[in-house]
Amino acid sequence: MAETINVTLKVWKQESTEHKGKIETIQADNIPTSASFLEMLDIVNEELIAEGKDVIHFDHDCREGICGACSLNINGVAHGVEQAVTTCQLHMRSFSNGDTIWIEPFRANAFPVLKDLMVDRSAMDRVIQAGGFVDIRTGSAVDANSLPIEKELADAAFAAAACIGCGACVAACKNASAMLFVSAKAAHLNNLPQGQAEKKKRVLGMVAQMDAEGFGNCTNQYECEAVCPKEISVDNIAKLNRDYLSSSIKEGVKTI
Amino acid sequence: MSTCFNFFTSSIGRKIVVAVTGLLLFLFCLVHLGGNMLIFVGQEAFNDYAYKLHHMLHGALIWIARVGLLGLAAAHVLATVSLVIQNKTAREPYHFQKTVRATLTSKLMPLSGLMVLFFIIFHILHFTVRLDALGTNDPSYQLDGGYFDAWQMVVDGFANHWVSIIYLISVFLLGLHLKHGFASLFQTLGLSSNKTRKHFEVASILLSLLIFVGFASIPVLVGFVGLYR
Repeated sequence: MAETINVTLKVWKQESTEHKGKIETIQADNIPTSASFLEMLDIVNEELIAEGKDVIHFDHDCREGICGACSLNINGVAHGVEQAVTTCQLHMRSFSNGDTIWIEPFRANAFPVLKDLMVDRSAMDRVIQAGGFVDIRTGSAVDANSLPIEKELADAAFAAAACIGCGACVAACKNASAMLFVSAKAAHLNNLPQGQAEKKKRVLGMVAQMDAEGFGNCTNQYECEAVCPKEISVDNIAKLNRDYLSSSIKEGVKTI
Repeated sequence: MSTCFNFFTSSIGRKIVVAVTGLLLFLFCLVHLGGNMLIFVGQEAFNDYAYKLHHMLHGALIWIARVGLLGLAAAHVLATVSLVIQNKTAREPYHFQKTVRATLTSKLMPLSGLMVLFFIIFHILHFTVRLDALGTNDPSYQLDGGYFDAWQMVVDGFANHWVSIIYLISVFLLGLHLKHGFASLFQTLGLSSNKTRKHFEVASILLSLLIFVGFASIPVLVGFVGLYR
């Protein structure tokens, strides 16, 4: 018999975007410590269904930490206090018997709550649509060394490309700023030769869309980097700031 | 034209305005501190310096500096206020609030900045406008040869312990503001990286300490210790 714990959940319940939400207290007993956080919610939901009650709604998909679907602000920290993991990779062994666990949705005005803990993160998709792509056909994987790329740049692009777009950076930021996400998506392409042709258009477009979506402004507290499950570096934010300044100057000179 | 407009309304553009104006205001603080330290060199050195500041470029320099600094401060405050208003309304607060690595000084930025702003107004009314002597045509600090005894004015000014306390608290808040602000501006201007960020943070601590200790030395030594009384 696996070790089990009893915890008290303080869960955000909200009928829909239009309704006002509130914190509800739900008891979760006999939770195996080997269960993941989402499995714990599954167990609780099974019991709620058996009792004929409404379940706790939450986002999830791959449950192996690579898709970016799961969210949850757990005890005030996006994806919980474990470093560099998503909520699905957080396990109940990180908690103790008798703990009270606060579970809230990723909060941002740009992320309206759909129901309970599910939020609409399509604002991030619209930022990508505003320039987070390469227009030209780049073909399939190129032969090794046919397109030489500096090692540092290739590494930086690869590290930035690890962003799974979960939105934890937005949720962790007191200003709900999306700078880490946007800067990672921009840096991923701006570091590579294939991304150079449209760099200015990309930077100006993505930042304009980010602002239009109602995300806040970065105040360099680096909470985003601390909670990012993919450990995206705030170096990308510095790069985006730099690229935005140079792109604005280029665009300004052209317009004048 | 539209790009220019977009830049100054965009999130990053306004942050760059805050960073650049903040850097220039910080440099002014260093120059100001250098001038202030002449208090300890002596009455003559300090008054000479004050005389030169007021008479350089036939007296135009001081007004260029005043207008310039006022413009910088106004741009710094207005851009920040517009950013902070957006930030405060960008999301509902969490019921369970926690930060992982945000520094205390970074959380106090709007508060420390606002207090420093009030202090600057107080400071200008105190030593530039000289509210207490306004309209009295106070001749007490006029020296021979058109010299103004700024040194004696400062010594007398800090004779009031309440004034010294206000200055002490204010320069402490200025230090807190600069501790986050100085390191932060390199990130906003895109000049920092994982390798250099910690160096900027160390430099920021040292420079804000320098500013605090330097400016605090005057209310402490001249005011509380009563060095020249």
